[in-house]
Amino acid sequence: MTKHTLSVLVQDKPGVLARISALFSRRGFNIDSLAVGPTELPDVSRMTVVVDVDALPLEQVTKQLNKLVEVLKVVEIEPQNSIQRQIVLVKVRCDTATRGQIIEIAQLFRGKVVDVTPEAMSIEATGNSEKIRDFLALLEPYGIKELVQSGIVALGRGARSISDRALRSA
Amino acid sequence: MAHKAQPVSKTSPVEVTGAQSLILSLESVGADTVFGLPGGAILPAYDPLMDSTKVRHILVRHEQGAGHAAQGYAAATGRVGVCMATSGPGATNLVTPIADAYMDSVPIVAITGQVSSRAIGTDAFQEADIRGITMPITKHNYLVTKADEIPRVIAEAFHIASTGRPGPVLVDISKDALQAKTTFSWPPKIHLPGYHPVVKPHAKQIREAARLIQAAQRPILYVGGGIIRAHAAEELAAFVEATGIPVVTTLMARGAFPDSHELHLGMPGMHGSVAAVTGLQKSDLLITLGARFDDRVTGELKSFAPEAKVIHADIDPAEISKNRVADVPIVGDAKAIIADLLAAVTQGGYAVDPAAYTAWRERALGWKATFPVGYSAPTGEALMPQYVIERLGAIAGPEAVYVPGVGQHQMWAAQFINYERPNSFANSGGLGTMGYSVPAAMGAQVAQPDRVVWAIDGDGCFQMTNQELATCVINRIPIKVAIINNSSLGMVRQWQTLFYNERYSNTDLHTSHAGERIPDFVKLADAYGCVGLRCESPEDVDATIRKAMEINDVPVVIDFVVERDAMVWPMVAAGVSNDLIQVARDTAPQWDREESEADEQGLDPDHDGTATGQH
Repeated sequence: MTKHTLSVLVQDKPGVLARISALFSRRGFNIDSLAVGPTELPDVSRMTVVVDVDALPLEQVTKQLNKLVEVLKVVEIEPQNSIQRQIVLVKVRCDTATRGQIIEIAQLFRGKVVDVTPEAMSIEATGNSEKIRDFLALLEPYGIKELVQSGIVALGRGARSISDRALRSA
Repeated sequence: MAHKAQPVSKTSPVEVTGAQSLILSLESVGADTVFGLPGGAILPAYDPLMDSTKVRHILVRHEQGAGHAAQGYAAATGRVGVCMATSGPGATNLVTPIADAYMDSVPIVAITGQVSSRAIGTDAFQEADIRGITMPITKHNYLVTKADEIPRVIAEAFHIASTGRPGPVLVDISKDALQAKTTFSWPPKIHLPGYHPVVKPHAKQIREAARLIQAAQRPILYVGGGIIRAHAAEELAAFVEATGIPVVTTLMARGAFPDSHELHLGMPGMHGSVAAVTGLQKSDLLITLGARFDDRVTGELKSFAPEAKVIHADIDPAEISKNRVADVPIVGDAKAIIADLLAAVTQGGYAVDPAAYTAWRERALGWKATFPVGYSAPTGEALMPQYVIERLGAIAGPEAVYVPGVGQHQMWAAQFINYERPNSFANSGGLGTMGYSVPAAMGAQVAQPDRVVWAIDGDGCFQMTNQELATCVINRIPIKVAIINNSSLGMVRQWQTLFYNERYSNTDLHTSHAGERIPDFVKLADAYGCVGLRCESPEDVDATIRKAMEINDVPVVIDFVVERDAMVWPMVAAGVSNDLIQVARDTAPQWDREESEADEQGLDPDHDGTATGQH
């Protein structure tokens, strides 16, 4: 199986998230990552769903998604032609000896220190999932006290927009 | 695809309550019948409903009956069936018929009351999240908490239910929305930016399909229920006339093509005819129209029609290549697809000559002649269930509507009655809901008051929903019920006979054998005010059926006490290849033996070493 990123444009209606996540579980697909938020269009939300499936079941899940009345458009986002990001907030154990090292790691990954106490500091970082993974691996030896991570959001490269055709009339 | 709901008239805005707006919406969308049962949350809607002269409400005895009645109404006509129930248990009692309608693509709209919007989420009395519960079994569903939304939602619900691939739509309306003041005007503005069913087939796909048909030597039309939903039976008949290609009709498609036609090979699948099953297995091209490669048709998928290329036409893109990969997918309305295909194979570069398939046709007709669907003669005085159903079909004829329950009697009703027209057979195919028959027959009779409607039920099924006989008597809905009473859960018993060493665990219903009649169906019919008849020997069958046919003012219930060891044949055990079809116990048809080693038949229905499975 391989990971696929789907961008799903939906009408911003109550229950639409439940509909989509229920569809994945009912048809036997596991969601790796899910992010939902508003778009440039009023009343339209965009979900970025990362799912671990082969090509044929992916086609089936895409068709099933398209059948949902509140789904406006489903597009597979190709990793090589897109920007994929997630955000991580991580609280790391520190003391006077390690604080400088941790700040250095954060800077290497263009992270930001957002909160500091004598025993811990919190860092914000964004990137694709590989970068986040590497970043966390470097922080691991210091002791990660708490970690929260968003789902992946993805945007195709180039001038075109996935909402160009389907939705302007919506 | 069913026809779009047509608003009957334009109205200027009037000040009403949400409940009045609901009833006005139903009237405006063209609903003439609602099957339902009131309760607290839906109560406001029942007040204006009492005054409606356009919408007839039929009070059922159980909400499940309302749902199946709406299905029967829809199945007999192609129009949207409507059912109504209150919140909580009223709504959850609709779940089975909604799931049934979803599986069989039946256009129904279910309207449920919901607790007041302020109470939603508090576990209020009779609160159930019916929208959440029905999400996976509806084509779409709504929760309405504002009275102003009612006309738009009702219009959308009917539109969605009846267009594209038809299906059930649920509209849950909170009590405060029904009680609130609002303005009603019609037609409302429908806003469904994500709903665009493709109806017009792609010309390139039609050409590609025609090319495959022209190149094929052993093509077969694998016809499903979509042909009936799309009202495409005429187009199909014209296509068969022009091409001479043999036809099989699935359980859901019985009646889509006349059984009397020479080229009709019968029903395929687990209990299909030898000719239909073999025709698919030996074919080199499946022309699949509105069918979905259900496991009950294909048997073991990887050995299904192994030499065939596949043209798959369906209104639902998600059905195409779901189970079997299609060589030529065609998305669209079956009526348009068949018309376009017919044009493509009768003129131009891909015109086909029916003579090209002569050898294949003769082979298929040979199977049909050699292996007609039949049954063994009774030993002694026993009344064979197949004989009862065969005579019923012969006497009531093709203009009647036949509505079986689920099980052996359903299969016999599919096998031994000749269907000549669409919408003459309504059954629970996908979900397999015992108890479908009586309420669905009731709905079909309401929709088709001038036709004879026969519920063909089992003694098990009948006991699940027979309370609707009260509804039928009171509302003068004169259905006829033939109970094929073998005193058993017959299909389960058949599997116990074949796969569980004749250990009959919990399948004896005590309804006729060994001197017991619990209950006595004739007395039960009598108690309801129906005419109850009993028939226990072959020589009385015709006279009893004719007597029932003469009664048109009240429902008639016939208790046909039949041989309990009768089994449904042919049979392909679950999970095995269709090549292993048996015409009777341990008897494989002796055809084409050189091509197929069809003599091995284990007792493990699922071929997974566990001998499990249920029907």
